[in-house]
Amino acid sequence: MSDMLPTLDYKLPDDHYLNATYGSGRSIRSWLLTTDHKRIALLYLCTVTVFFFIGGIFATMIRIHLLTPGGTLVTPETYNKLFTMHGVAMIFFFLIPSIPAVLGNFLIPMMIGAKDLAFPKINLLSWYIYVIGGCFVLYSFGTGGLDTGWTFYTPLSSVYSNSAVTPAVIGIFINGFSSILTGLNFIVTIHTMRAPGMTWFRLPLFVWAHYATSLVMILGTPVVAITLLLAGLERMFHLGFFNPALGGDPILFQHLFWFYSHPAVYIMVLPAMGVVSEIIPTFARKPIFGYSFIAGSSIAIAVIGFLVWAHHMFVTGESTYAALTFSFLSYLVAIPSAVKVFNWTSTLYKGSISWDPPMIYALGFIGLFVIGGLTGLFLAALGLDIHVHDTYFVVAHFHYIMVGGAVMGYVGGLHFWWPKITGRCYPEALSRFAAVVLFIGFNLTFFPQFILGYLGMPRRYHTYPPEFQVLNVLSSAGASILALGYLLPMIYFAWSMRYGKVAGPNPWPATGLEWKTASPPPTENFHVTPEVTWEPYDYKNRPDLGLSAGAPSPAPAHGDD
Amino acid sequence: MQFDAIILDGKEEYRVHRTGELYGHFETLEQQKETATLGMWIFLVTEVLFFGGLFLTYTINRRAFGTAFGIGSNTLDITLGAGNTVVLIMSSLTMAMAVWSAQVGKKRLVSIFLIATLGLGTVFLGVKAIEYKQKYDHHLIPGHGFDMRYRSAHPTANDDLKELAREKEEVATAIKSDPDINYHGQLYFSLYFGMTGLHALHMIVGAGLLVWLIKGSFRGRYTPQYNTPVEIVGLYWHFVDIVWIYLFPLLYLIDRHH
Repeated sequence: MSDMLPTLDYKLPDDHYLNATYGSGRSIRSWLLTTDHKRIALLYLCTVTVFFFIGGIFATMIRIHLLTPGGTLVTPETYNKLFTMHGVAMIFFFLIPSIPAVLGNFLIPMMIGAKDLAFPKINLLSWYIYVIGGCFVLYSFGTGGLDTGWTFYTPLSSVYSNSAVTPAVIGIFINGFSSILTGLNFIVTIHTMRAPGMTWFRLPLFVWAHYATSLVMILGTPVVAITLLLAGLERMFHLGFFNPALGGDPILFQHLFWFYSHPAVYIMVLPAMGVVSEIIPTFARKPIFGYSFIAGSSIAIAVIGFLVWAHHMFVTGESTYAALTFSFLSYLVAIPSAVKVFNWTSTLYKGSISWDPPMIYALGFIGLFVIGGLTGLFLAALGLDIHVHDTYFVVAHFHYIMVGGAVMGYVGGLHFWWPKITGRCYPEALSRFAAVVLFIGFNLTFFPQFILGYLGMPRRYHTYPPEFQVLNVLSSAGASILALGYLLPMIYFAWSMRYGKVAGPNPWPATGLEWKTASPPPTENFHVTPEVTWEPYDYKNRPDLGLSAGAPSPAPAHGDD
Repeated sequence: MQFDAIILDGKEEYRVHRTGELYGHFETLEQQKETATLGMWIFLVTEVLFFGGLFLTYTINRRAFGTAFGIGSNTLDITLGAGNTVVLIMSSLTMAMAVWSAQVGKKRLVSIFLIATLGLGTVFLGVKAIEYKQKYDHHLIPGHGFDMRYRSAHPTANDDLKELAREKEEVATAIKSDPDINYHGQLYFSLYFGMTGLHALHMIVGAGLLVWLIKGSFRGRYTPQYNTPVEIVGLYWHFVDIVWIYLFPLLYLIDRHH
C-alpha cells in the first residue's frame, strides 16, 4: 500500500491489544482466558479458518470426483458423505460465525465507541461453546462421517442413516448456543454501550446489519436447536416425533428446520452487506446514498426473512394457498435487497473511485449478489421452482449468495480492516490480483452449474450423463482457480503480520470511529471515551481526514485525533 | 478495558478490572444494570422460541391423535400436578419478595426469601421425580418397553381397581378407532417427558443460580444501590414458572372430563 501512504513512516504503538501484558506476559493462557473482544475475534478467526479448510477439502474432493460422468474418486456412499460434511462444516462452522464472530466481534465495540461488548465473559464462553460443538462434529466426521445432507431430513437422519448422525446433531445443537449468545451480546451492546453522541442514525451501517443479523440469530437458532435435539432424541431412543412409522410427521421437521435455516441465509449475507456498506463510501469518497434506507432494509430483510421458509417445501405437497403465500412473501425479500444494491450504486455514481483491494471485493460482491438474488426470484416462482427443484440450479443460486456474497464480503472485510487488526499492510498489487482471481474462479466454478441445473442435472448425485461433462469439467477447473484465490490472501496475510509495512491509524482513510484509534488498538480501544459530533460517512466535511469534497487522492491521515 | 492480574496460590488469574461492583467496561452502575437486565430479557425471548418448537410439536400431534393424548393425559396424577403448580406459584411469590427485600435493603429477609424459593423449587423437583417414578413403574417411558395397557393389566395393592377398569375400557375402545394407539400414546409421553424434563432442567439451573445468590446474600452483597443479580435471576425464575403455567393445563387438564 505504498501509494496510499506516500510520505509518512508510522510506527506501531508501544502498547496494544496484541502485546498487552496480562500478569506475567504473553502466554497462551492470556489468549485462552482473555475477555478482550479483539482477541476473541482472532480466536474465532483461527477456528473458522480451520473449518473453512476442512469444508474446502471436501469441496475439492467433490469437484475432482465429478470430473467424469461415472465419478473418478470415491464410492457413491462416500460421495453422499462428502457433500454432507462440506455443507455442515461450511454453513454451521464457517459461514454463520465468519463475519459476525470475527469482524463483528472485533469492530462493533470500536465502531460505537465502547471499551468492550456488553458481556465479555459470555463472549469468551460463546467461543468455547463453538469449539466444543466443533469437536463433536469433527468426531462425527472422523468416525463414520455423515450422509444425510446438511438438512438432516427425518426419518433418514433419525432412523435409516448408518453414519455418525448423533454426535453431529449434538455438535450443531451445542454450536447453536454460541450463535445465540453472540447475537444476544451484540443486541445488548448496541442498545446500551454507545458512546455519547452516537445516536442510532449515526451508527455505521455495519452495525445496523449486525443488529438485524443478531435478531435472526436470537429468534431462529433456538428453534433449530430444539428441532435437532428432538431429531437426535428420536434417533437415540427410538421416539417418533418425525417418524411416520411411529405416527410422527416428517414435514413438521422440515417446517421447523427451515424456520431457522432460511433466515440463516440472512445471518450469512446481512453482515456481508454491512461490510460492503462500509467499503463503498470509503473508496467512492462520498457519503453513502440513502443511509436510513440501507439501515431499514437490513431490518426489513431480517423480518421478512422469517416469513418465507416454506418456499423450500413447494414439492412436499403443502397446500396451494400456503405455497402461493410463501412464494409472494419470498418475492417481497427482493425489495429491501434491491434497495441496498440501488443505494450502493448511487453512492458510486460520480464518486471518485479508487481501486483498492477491499473495493474490488465489494464491487465483486454487488455483481455476484445481483446474480444470486435474481436467480432466487426464479426459485421463488412456484412453477419454475418445481422444474429446477433439487437441481444444480439451486446449488449455483445459493453458492452465488453464500460464496459470491457472504465469503466475498468476509474476505473483502478482512482486507479492509486488516491494517486495523494487525497494524500492518499487505502487498497491494498481489492482493488486487488475488481479488480478480477469486472473482474469475468463482464465476467459472458456479456459472456452469446454473446451466447444468436448468438442463436437469440433479444435485447430490455422484454420477451424471456424459453430455454434462464439459460443463462439469469447466466447474472443476474453476474450483482450482477459486482455491488459489483463497490461498493467496491467507499467504500474504500471514506474511504481512511480520513483514508488512506499518499501516498507521487510518490508512484508507475512512470516517468510522474504529479508525480514530491506534492500529492495532489498545486493549481498552480508546484511551478517552470518544464523543461523536459528526454524521456517518461524512466524507465531504471532514478536514481531519485531509479530504476536501471529492478530492481524488487523499493526503495521509494524521493519526489519533 | 483494564485487567487486573491477581495472584492466588501462586497461580495468576486474569480478571476484568472492577471497582466495587462496577466492571471496567461500563461507565456507571445504571448502565451496567440496564445492560444486564436487557440481556436477561433477550435471553428469555430465545427461551420462548426454544420451548416454542416443543409447544408446536405438541399442538400438531394433539390435534392429530386426540384420543391417545387424552388417555395419556388421564394417566397423570392431577393431585401431584396441581400441588406442584401451587408450590411453584408460591416460589414465584417468595422470589418477588426477595427482590423487594433487596431493593429496600432488608438484607436478612433477602437470604430468608431466597432460601424459601430454593426450598420450594426443590419440593417441586422432588414431586416431579415421584411422578416420573410412577410412569416408570407403569411402563410409560417411551422406548421398547412402552405399553399403554400395562398398568391396567398389572394392578398392585395400592391401585384403585375401579379406576384401572375404566382405564382398560378406555384403551380398549380407543384401539378400535386408532390401532396404533400405543405409538401415538408414546408420542404423548415423549412430549410429556421432553417438555417437563426441559422445564425441570431449567429449574435445576435456577436452583444453581439461587445457591449463588444465597452465598452473596450471606455476605450482604445486595443493597438498594446494587441488586441486579437478584433482579435478573428473579426474571429467569418467573419465566420458568410461566412455562409451567402453560405445561400444566396442556399436559394434565385437557380431556379430564370425568
